[in-house]
Amino acid sequence: MSSAPALVLQFLELILALLAAPLLTGWVNQCRAWLGNRSAPPLTQFYRQLAKLFEKEVVLADNASSLFRAAPYVIFACMALASMIVPTLSTDLPFAPAADAIALVGIFALARVFAALAGMDIGTSFGTMGARREMLIGFLAEPALLMVFFTASLISHSTSLSTIVETLGQREFAIYPSLAFAGVAFTMVSLAENARIPVDNPTTHLELTMIHEAMILEYSGRHLALIEWAASLKLYAYSCLGLALFFPWGIPETTGPLSMLVALSSLVLKLAIGGFLLALIETLSAKLRIFRAPEFLGTAFMLAVLAMLVHQLLETAT
Amino acid sequence: MNGHLPLYAQVINLLAAMLLLLSFAMLAQRRILSLINLFMAQGMVLFASTVVVAAATGQHHLYWSALLTLVLKVMLLPWILHRLIRRLNVKWDVETLINIPTTMMIGLVLVIFSFNLALPISALAGTITRSTLGVALAAVMLAFLMMITRSKAVPQVIGFLAMENGLFFAATSATYGMPMVVELGIALDVLVGMVILGVFFFQIREQFDSLDIRHLEQLKED
Amino acid sequence: MEFLLVLGFPLAGGLVLAATGHWKRAAEINSAFSLLTLLAAALLTLRVIEHGPQLLFDEEIFIDPLNVFLVALTAFVGFTTSLFSRPYMRIEHDHGRLSSRRLRLYHSMFQMFSFTMLLALTTNNMGILWVSMEAATLTTVLLVSLYRTPASLEAAWKYFILCGVGIAQALFGTILLYFAAEKVLGGGSGALLWTHLDAVKGQLEPTVLSLAFVFLLVGYGTKVGLVPLHNWLPDAHAEGPTPVSAVLSGLLLNVALYAVVRCKVLADGALHSNLPGMLMMGFGLLSVVVAAFFLSRQKDVKRLFGYSSIEHMGIITFAFGMGGPVASFAGLLHMTVHSLTKSAIFFAVGHAAQKCGSQAIDDIRGLIKLSPTVGWGLMLGALAILGMPPSGVFASEFLILTTAMKEQPWATPILLIALGVAFAAIFGKVQPMVFGEPTAKRLPHKPAMLPVFIHLGLVLMLGLWIPPYLAEWYRQAAKLIG
Repeated sequence: MSSAPALVLQFLELILALLAAPLLTGWVNQCRAWLGNRSAPPLTQFYRQLAKLFEKEVVLADNASSLFRAAPYVIFACMALASMIVPTLSTDLPFAPAADAIALVGIFALARVFAALAGMDIGTSFGTMGARREMLIGFLAEPALLMVFFTASLISHSTSLSTIVETLGQREFAIYPSLAFAGVAFTMVSLAENARIPVDNPTTHLELTMIHEAMILEYSGRHLALIEWAASLKLYAYSCLGLALFFPWGIPETTGPLSMLVALSSLVLKLAIGGFLLALIETLSAKLRIFRAPEFLGTAFMLAVLAMLVHQLLETAT
Repeated sequence: MNGHLPLYAQVINLLAAMLLLLSFAMLAQRRILSLINLFMAQGMVLFASTVVVAAATGQHHLYWSALLTLVLKVMLLPWILHRLIRRLNVKWDVETLINIPTTMMIGLVLVIFSFNLALPISALAGTITRSTLGVALAAVMLAFLMMITRSKAVPQVIGFLAMENGLFFAATSATYGMPMVVELGIALDVLVGMVILGVFFFQIREQFDSLDIRHLEQLKED
Repeated sequence: MEFLLVLGFPLAGGLVLAATGHWKRAAEINSAFSLLTLLAAALLTLRVIEHGPQLLFDEEIFIDPLNVFLVALTAFVGFTTSLFSRPYMRIEHDHGRLSSRRLRLYHSMFQMFSFTMLLALTTNNMGILWVSMEAATLTTVLLVSLYRTPASLEAAWKYFILCGVGIAQALFGTILLYFAAEKVLGGGSGALLWTHLDAVKGQLEPTVLSLAFVFLLVGYGTKVGLVPLHNWLPDAHAEGPTPVSAVLSGLLLNVALYAVVRCKVLADGALHSNLPGMLMMGFGLLSVVVAAFFLSRQKDVKRLFGYSSIEHMGIITFAFGMGGPVASFAGLLHMTVHSLTKSAIFFAVGHAAQKCGSQAIDDIRGLIKLSPTVGWGLMLGALAILGMPPSGVFASEFLILTTAMKEQPWATPILLIALGVAFAAIFGKVQPMVFGEPTAKRLPHKPAMLPVFIHLGLVLMLGLWIPPYLAEWYRQAAKLIG
């Protein structure tokens, strides 16, 4: 398991994540532009943006502490780790034992805490407001996310992501109402966590509505690049997670080159469809007032709990 | 595991889950028109589940009750309700006495309670659809909660009808339907009740110029 | 045959009265139909006395000593109420409180209400029992809101919603009952027939039956007016027309209690524990105590007696909960005398309220001077319902108390205190109403006091001497209840 090819594979998966994440963000933006009848930016737009930011010099506020400077690296590292442990190409990887659902939620939380602290570090009102809102959303989204994971764990009797994906991927076809509920809840949580439209708008800098953008307003240069990259990695990680949990077909357990190829192509296909659907949701819905966000996430939480209950009642009976 | 259940049982489970979801949606719904549409959707789910149970078990009288459901709960009652709110000119947002997230949380607790209550009974049932009894009980409880938390007359009545839906689902899921005479009687009662309520709404509005039942709180113990 | 007539007359009456509309003789027609129903019920009773329990119409109808006695009582009180309502409603009409169209609704619904109650009593099918109880609710909702005043609409709305919710619980209980029965008896409508269930009650699944009984008790208990499900009862009694209050108290509560008792028989057989009895005793005691303490706070005379009905239903529920031949006998006797006395009181109260133009206790003063018959009727009725010897209420309460002392000694002091409080409250309020200084000016009308005195006479007779065949009949019914 921890043989050399496996390590290489793990490394490949990381590289893939780092490269594919900006592509996914670019794809979603492209789809949004199409759906909004605008001319779309090229798929590689996000790479160029990152490159441009990396070249620029970093401008720091006078009162920025070391935390402010460290935060982008921490956030980026968290997201990179997260996208590594989510099973994408194979479930049999060196990091698989670490790929625990609860640990994953913890990693996301760690990144969020750093982002919020960094947002408050400078002491501008926007940063503080963004941090506050971000924590509010995180506070509501995390339990819902955990509930979704618990539902999946109940079905597969394990909190290890690899085991969950293996069990779900291999099961004979059966209708799981609980998974349908959990899927909807997961989608809602993902939208909120990734600062997507009904909860936040990633493209706006309108002071009354922004959440995520308000927090990172003070960043520039490579710091900003890292944070933007981390955000796209987060989207990638969430997408892969959703696909792994609810559409696990195509993820092989072995590490043969052929199965890798199948896995890769199915992943690309699924991500493309998923990205399009995300753009569709964003285009079709209007942004919620920030005070409605708790209700939105409350619904997600409720759905996730319902999923668990429904699983307990309907699917364990026989 | 679920995979061992026959397909129709899985479909019924899915419908049960949808029924539960619809009950929650009704609990969360703010607009009265959507409430009626949700009620109609619940009727559709009931109809579908009854047909599936009928087909799976070969209980022919269930086709009749499915038909009854279709006519009564998907067509007639929503039609009467739509007409009522048009005639009474009520299109306002529904007001709730407790805010909606709290209501949802209470609803969740109720669902857990009813699932627990139903578990020992489900274990005794011989029907393929036995595990849906908990869902039916939960739907009844949620409808009950909706009646308590709404301050207007029409939503209360929809809650009442939704409660009847839950009971009907209990009857089909736990026992493959009640005897036909009883089911006809129940349907008749619901229909007559609805007509009487329609008359009643007009009386209330004539008297108070509003359907807010908070006007109906004069009679109290001193 | 007799049975068909018992159900047919009120149904036909309801339809005829609805079709013909209100005309001068509608009230007489109403009474005539009630009288025919009473005669048919008497014939049916005779037949059951002679030939024993009857199963009719593919076993859908079952008549045994337990329900035939209630059928007779229902038909009798229905008839006397129709006699009372004739002058009463005419006066309401003349005072402009009711239009002719409302009277038509009233007469038609009165008959339909009798029909639903008689159906509930005689059916053998637990599902039909539920259906007819619900139908009884629906018919009375319109009767309670007959005056269309804000208060009456509110009372009717409360009544509809609370009883609707309650009856929904009862339906769930019925479904559970069917669920348990299906496994023993197989599907189909046979599995809901009470006689079939009774035959196999020992084999019914105890877990399911206990849950079913809880739902049934809560459901039908709402209609009995058991605390804490009683909120609708005082309002509905106070705001509806007085004849409706009389039949609600005198009959509908009995019918609902009858449904509970039928369910208890099944639950007892299946459970081998005293859970149903304990539940009924608990609800009963709570109702007695709460109602007794609420009595003293009432300002409306019909509400006052509404609460008194809750109290007495509590006593009867307690008696049936104790079980055993003596307690059940006493419960049945109390059911009879309570319905007779309470409806008589409502008749008297109706006339008194019409005379003084108000239902408020403070406005009704010095009835004995305004109208001696009404005054005496109310006083005697109040004394009878308070259990003064030699009224029948005394006999039944005495039996219940002595049995309680023997079997449930802990409950006796609670009962005694509650009865004492109720006595003080009601007597303290009725005494000035009857003997105080008249304040209102006399409104001219001739009261129809005959039904009051017939009822009170019967109650007195039952206190002093229960005819042997009636006693035998009670004993048989008590044996059925167990």
